[in-house]
Amino acid sequence: MYLHFEFHSNQCGCGVATSGALHAFLKTTASSVRDLAPIVLVIALFQLLVLQQPLPDALSLLGGTACVVLGLTLFVYGLDMGLFPLGDAMAHALARKGSVAWLVAFAFALGFSTTIAEPALIAVAGQAARAAATAGVIADLEAERRAYAFGLRLTVAFSVGFAIVLGVIRIVKGWPLHLMMIGGYLVVVIMTWFAPQEIIGIAYDSGGVTTSTITVPLVTALGIGLASSIRGRSPMSDGFGLIAFASLTPMVFVMAYGMAF
Amino acid sequence: MGTMEAVLSVFMNTVRDAMPIGVVILGFQVLVIRRPIPNLRRLLIGFAYVLAGLTLFLLGLEQALFPLGRVMAEQLTHPEFIRGGLAGAVVWSDYYWVYLFAFCIGFGTAVAEPSLLAVARKAHDLSAGTIHVWGLRVAVALGVAVGITIGAYRIVTGAPIQHFIIAGYVVVLVQTFFAPRLIVPLAYDSGGVSTSTVTVPLVAALGLGLAETVPGRSPLIDGFGLIAFACLFPIMSVMAYAQLSEVVGRRSRAARTEHPPDEPRDP
Repeated sequence: MYLHFEFHSNQCGCGVATSGALHAFLKTTASSVRDLAPIVLVIALFQLLVLQQPLPDALSLLGGTACVVLGLTLFVYGLDMGLFPLGDAMAHALARKGSVAWLVAFAFALGFSTTIAEPALIAVAGQAARAAATAGVIADLEAERRAYAFGLRLTVAFSVGFAIVLGVIRIVKGWPLHLMMIGGYLVVVIMTWFAPQEIIGIAYDSGGVTTSTITVPLVTALGIGLASSIRGRSPMSDGFGLIAFASLTPMVFVMAYGMAF
Repeated sequence: MGTMEAVLSVFMNTVRDAMPIGVVILGFQVLVIRRPIPNLRRLLIGFAYVLAGLTLFLLGLEQALFPLGRVMAEQLTHPEFIRGGLAGAVVWSDYYWVYLFAFCIGFGTAVAEPSLLAVARKAHDLSAGTIHVWGLRVAVALGVAVGITIGAYRIVTGAPIQHFIIAGYVVVLVQTFFAPRLIVPLAYDSGGVSTSTVTVPLVAALGLGLAETVPGRSPLIDGFGLIAFACLFPIMSVMAYAQLSEVVGRRSRAARTEHPPDEPRDP
């Protein structure tokens, strides 16, 4: 962390900005620690009071936990530093520009690219590939598992891109959110009927993991920017629907992926 | 040498994963908005942090979060731990420590989630004070906790996930008609907000670990779904909380207008 501090002071060369950067970094660290603290606490309590068994490889677990905290901190800090402010400004600029074609293209690209980099999705796709290999659906080879996980992530990313496009068109046209959501859930229920049992759990889970670290801030910025630049739309009620779609469409597309393969 | 190679391979994958965002943002800025990028240097440094951070996170995931979830599932479902060496078949209610663990993990992580606090403050302002910040946080945390617990019960019994989820949708749908209109979008968002990047991998590994160790379960069919449960149940609990606080608010207002001087109540 000290290195980081020095690095920054070289970069901006002024005391106020440096202490601001350090403050922001510490704040990000505190929030990563706060994310992890309850997990560590609950596991420690169960180990000490209930299980009373030693954890295997405790040292490696500790090192890994430190990696998670530091990694998440750097990740969020880096996003806050450059990509989020720029993405936020761009979302507003594009929303004001008034070209629906560019807006739709941007919406898809944003949804797709943020989902591909989503850490929680990488984690779940990896676990899904492992389970598929254990069950014998795919060959238990490193390359096969990787291909399966990547295919799953591409599917989810495509569906989030599609969801953001749908949400943007909804805001522009002013379609009612709840009717579209109910329609979407009906599609999920019908698809569940036809999808193979092995994919259903993964499909339902992938709806929950897409709305996480990167996607939510950027997509919400797009929605609010768009709703506030169109007359007669309120940022409060129209700006938020994008995320709701983004957790619905992955279920549909992943089930379709499971039916196709 | 092996570790170095592993780190490098994770890093290369991370570069591939994070590249699309960079390309999209830069591409649209240069080609569509046609303005120079402000603070290019800062953007590039930030991007380097993102790459380093994601690499470290994924390494830590493999080394800590996945094994932790799996080990906890294995130890909590170990026959010797459950029965203490007693003979006899294990039934679903013997796994009570699993349910308690699932509940604690769900409640703890959701109540401490920083982004949930922001949502709760916004809801407090929007509702003119009828929704309390702590009330909403506890409602979401209870929703996540109950969701993961029921999800764990489903894995242990092997019941089909769609029955639970579709029944949950029906409840949410009915609640949507009766809940205060303002809370509905917030309730729908609260499910996704409360499952953080750290919780998801741990809970996923816990589910798979349970499905692998409970006799008769298949990891692929039964191991998933905990995250879906954790996202669905807060929608119900938040709407229920909003309905409850509306009813309580209305009742105390009615009481105050009926006997204003002799029944002092908390505002």
